[in-house]
Amino acid sequence: MNKYYLGVDLGSTTSKAVIINEKDEIIGRGITNTRANYSVAADIARDEAIYNARFSVLKKKLGPELALKPEYRKYIADLESVFQYEQFKIRLDKLGEELVKTCKVFFKEEEKQEKILGHLRAIRKAFKPQIKKDYLFNNLGSKNQFFRDIVSEKYNEEVNKLGTDLFEPLMIVWDKSISPAENQMISFNFKELVHKAMDELKNKYINPDEYFSDESSVNFDAEINLLKGKFDHVSDSLRNHIDEIAGLDFNISNMTGTGYGRALLPFPQECIRSEILCHAFGAHAIFPETRTVLDIGGQDTKAIQVDKHGLVTSFQMNDRCAAGCGRYLGYIADEMSISLNELGPMAMEAKKEVNICSTCTVLAGAELRELTNLGEKREDILGGLHKAIIMRAMSLIARSGGVFNEFTFTGGVARNPAVIKYLGQLVKENYGNEIKINIHTDSIFMGALGGAMFARRNIGAELPNLKKEKTLTH
Amino acid sequence: MKIEKAIKEKSMILQKEMLAKQFKELSLARESGKKVVYTFVPGNLTELILSFDMLPVYPEINALQSGMRKKSAAYIKDAEKIGHSEDVCTYVKCDIGMMLNGNIGPTGEKLPAPDLLLLSYTGCFTFLKWFENLERLYPGVEVAMLHTPYQEDGKITADQIDYMVKQLREEVIPKMEKVSGKKFDYSRLSQMMINSEKSEDLLVKILESAKHKPSPIDAYFAGVYYIGPMFTAFRGTEEAVNYYNELYLEIQERIKLGLGPVTPEGEIKEEKFRLVVEGPPNWTNFREFWKIFYDAGAVIVASSYTKVGGVFDLGFRHNFREPLESLAKYCMGCYTNMNLPQRVDLLSKYVKEYQADGFLINSIKSCNSFSAGQLLIMREIEQKCGVPVGFIESDLVDPRYFSYANIKNRLESYFQMLEQRKIILGQETEA
Repeated sequence: MNKYYLGVDLGSTTSKAVIINEKDEIIGRGITNTRANYSVAADIARDEAIYNARFSVLKKKLGPELALKPEYRKYIADLESVFQYEQFKIRLDKLGEELVKTCKVFFKEEEKQEKILGHLRAIRKAFKPQIKKDYLFNNLGSKNQFFRDIVSEKYNEEVNKLGTDLFEPLMIVWDKSISPAENQMISFNFKELVHKAMDELKNKYINPDEYFSDESSVNFDAEINLLKGKFDHVSDSLRNHIDEIAGLDFNISNMTGTGYGRALLPFPQECIRSEILCHAFGAHAIFPETRTVLDIGGQDTKAIQVDKHGLVTSFQMNDRCAAGCGRYLGYIADEMSISLNELGPMAMEAKKEVNICSTCTVLAGAELRELTNLGEKREDILGGLHKAIIMRAMSLIARSGGVFNEFTFTGGVARNPAVIKYLGQLVKENYGNEIKINIHTDSIFMGALGGAMFARRNIGAELPNLKKEKTLTH
Repeated sequence: MKIEKAIKEKSMILQKEMLAKQFKELSLARESGKKVVYTFVPGNLTELILSFDMLPVYPEINALQSGMRKKSAAYIKDAEKIGHSEDVCTYVKCDIGMMLNGNIGPTGEKLPAPDLLLLSYTGCFTFLKWFENLERLYPGVEVAMLHTPYQEDGKITADQIDYMVKQLREEVIPKMEKVSGKKFDYSRLSQMMINSEKSEDLLVKILESAKHKPSPIDAYFAGVYYIGPMFTAFRGTEEAVNYYNELYLEIQERIKLGLGPVTPEGEIKEEKFRLVVEGPPNWTNFREFWKIFYDAGAVIVASSYTKVGGVFDLGFRHNFREPLESLAKYCMGCYTNMNLPQRVDLLSKYVKEYQADGFLINSIKSCNSFSAGQLLIMREIEQKCGVPVGFIESDLVDPRYFSYANIKNRLESYFQMLEQRKIILGQETEA
């Protein structure tokens, strides 16, 4: 039987889970927002990683066939997205129940209660199809957006359309309901859910024109047309394979917990590992020539030096202040009323970098308003902010001993293109053009990957070269 | 966190008695007519002070005691109220705050005002400012300053010794004669040096006992808690010799029984990591800080902070044949008066001779003098000794700068680094 290993990285902002096989290959990834209930966050990330792993196994199984048949690839990609929508729908129902419950507690007066309940129903009715469309046609499932973010954005939009007198009561109901809904652990039945997703997918392809009344906004691309005509055939050929992976017994042989919340994970003591070691181990596994790792997470920045085995020889972390970390960007995004994902691309438009102090997040917010008043362009201010983050990280890197050999950048912030741009500039400026900078698409999962790798090694670290020999003899 | 009552050794009880007696004597100084000298730990002239029958008071030690007794936060706040900035050394602010609150010492007894402010170490520029402040707060107090040349070239020269002896003869001793009303007694000072030398021999043996595996002592936490302090206030006395004899016997017994260091919760059962530590400990959360180490089986086998009051393991001893020259050499030889390459050499020597698994720095937020150069020291040691290095930050006595969760997170990571490395090195040897 195949053995799988789980790493869970409970960060300050997001919780990540990675499942690897016996060859240290990532076969499942799961991510969710960290919430007050750490163990729910860890469980959701883990379950998501297992679902993702089932799809990975499916793709692996189909192997060469998949390479030859683009319609299979399209079907599976779509199915994964719709599968996520099915999960989303169940949680949305839970949220609906919570909203009704809260409304009844807060507004005892019948007339008022009815009024608010009416608005809640209308809001839900308005945004549900939009979200469905985003999942089914705009690939929302692959964008790593969390339940809370998706729903709150739409809810806010709808509330803002209503009169100002409704703002407060609707927001009270929302604030009191979202956390309980988010903190409920829901056990999904994979098989049941995947079948539902297949049915939903069928509707999408068999009758796309009638799928949405507002058909003009549905964007049909070549790939959709590719599957359209052969849908039944593809679906029938894949059904058995899908059933097989749905029935697969996913045996997690060992697991490691890491990240800020690691002490709160329901893992035995020997299965808990520092995120510094995990990030370094993960980054080194993917880029073995790495000797310096920079990780920028939600609330801390770590500059780590590793040796040829991926072992940490020294590290430096931000103390006392977390300006310049992920949360700093989150705060700036809020100040600018734009989404976090838009920050980087907007900063990429900068024609110059306005000088911004990065010693304090809150004060940077004030500086931002002042600079806007002075007529500086948003793009240029954001350029300056992103540069400031890297300037701070550079000081930490210098403290840890500098950059040697290959340099690997990990953590959630490594997805931001402007951060990458300035990091590249400054690393090369300070340590020479020949420094190779690695940024992996899985950068946010590095800590969880390192954790899973420790789990595979039964926590105790093994030499990479010895490890290979041992695996071969098994 | 619930703190249980600490387990204590015989030497710790003896120390407590000696300190109680000392503070009692201080509280009665006015009645007994004894004169009081405020001075600092680095480069202290304890023997000279005692030879005039004067009583020493160490403001740094009072400050750290106030920190341990959870009084420093209020003292610091009061010092800030009268205008001391957030960035000023917290020992200074704590001391000034204590004074503003009636100068009640660690035992609850009032400390007498100084008759003399003796600044015998100038490597820390804050000391100068500290006493300038105290001079204003105690108008009319006598001040004596002994300028200690920094070991910029890494050695103590004959000229430097002459320069310091001249200051002792022309500035410090006349001031002491004036304050105490007594003539300087050369032979008495010389006699005290015999006791100093005995205590120093014992102290070195005690500190070097940490070369044993397992180490019978923690040379940092215990080093500052009950091994070192007696040294400063009592050096040169019979009592100090007795105390160190007692402690030495106790430690020999521990070695014989194969016992690890004593902690407030009993022996460390398994010595997992041996560390060398640079920088002072945090005092406001001393026990929680220490607990992070002993819970992980981390024993500090050598530290630099216990050498601030003198580096004796490199061979220096007070010498009864040349008491004034000894005082000069002593002041210049303190750890904080050594240049950075000397400190690196000393710490590397510790890592090697004490077979340490790692080197750790606790950097102090409000201390510019001691924190300068620490990153360079760390890097040099990493390169020279090939051991994993760690870096944490806290403060001396300002509880606002002790972040338990962050420090624990870093230390846990560091211990895991050491553990992982041990496994790998073991495998490499096997392979």
